[in-house]
Amino acid sequence: MKLGIVISEGPYTHQAADTAYQFVKSALAKGHEVPRVFFYHDGVNVSTRLSVPPQDERNIQKNWTALAKEHEIDLVVCIAAAQRRGLLDENEAKRQGKDANNIAEGFRISGLGQLIEMGIQTDRLVTFGD
Amino acid sequence: MSETKKFLYVNRKAPYGTIYALESLEVVLIGAAFEQDVTLAFLDDGVFQLAKGQNTDGIGVKNFSPTFRALGDYDVTKLYVEQESLAERGLTQDDLQEIMYEDEDDDWEEKPSIRIVSRAEMADIMADQDVVLSF
Repeated sequence: MKLGIVISEGPYTHQAADTAYQFVKSALAKGHEVPRVFFYHDGVNVSTRLSVPPQDERNIQKNWTALAKEHEIDLVVCIAAAQRRGLLDENEAKRQGKDANNIAEGFRISGLGQLIEMGIQTDRLVTFGD
Repeated sequence: MSETKKFLYVNRKAPYGTIYALESLEVVLIGAAFEQDVTLAFLDDGVFQLAKGQNTDGIGVKNFSPTFRALGDYDVTKLYVEQESLAERGLTQDDLQEIMYEDEDDDWEEKPSIRIVSRAEMADIMADQDVVLSF
């Protein structure tokens, strides 16, 4: 089965991004496909490469980056939600005249159309939120 | 991508206090370009999103409630509001803003987009969908 994933709460405050990670890992292990994960609301905060959790804690961003690399998952961060919350890739930082960018490897910033498209193209849309 | 699916946007939170309602509406507006079969549901505190006479001057955030009246132009014409959620909050349909659309299949007659449904009917509406996005 083809699964689309939405993560709509921020890392560490909420368990959504962790549960989604475990879910996707298990789904892939069972032979399901997960072509895309869409990060929305505070979920976009997962994509910053500047978070530095204590060493004995999981690193949610790195977990996702590694999983995406291994299974070629498209990690899409909503641009409108990201801009509000200070998440910028190199292009956006330049375009907005900002002096830094912070999007981690494996994530890309794009529009909400990618969420709708995922809903159309997958068999099930699964949301991890509050 | 000619496939048409039934998309339901479930709105459960008050319009202000958190960003869910505003960012839900942003998905609806973008999603309209994909020409899917779109339905909006308002339940729990989400019914406050459609309250008329909203004024946000005192809290310094944008009043986005007029945008709901533009949904008809995007072919989003099915706004279901749960009767029980209204009643539990002391609201009736008279407390909601009027949202109309022009029915192209009926000589562009103006019709109300808001339909009040019972909790049981809302369950049937949800069961009938392909994609449910809850905010």
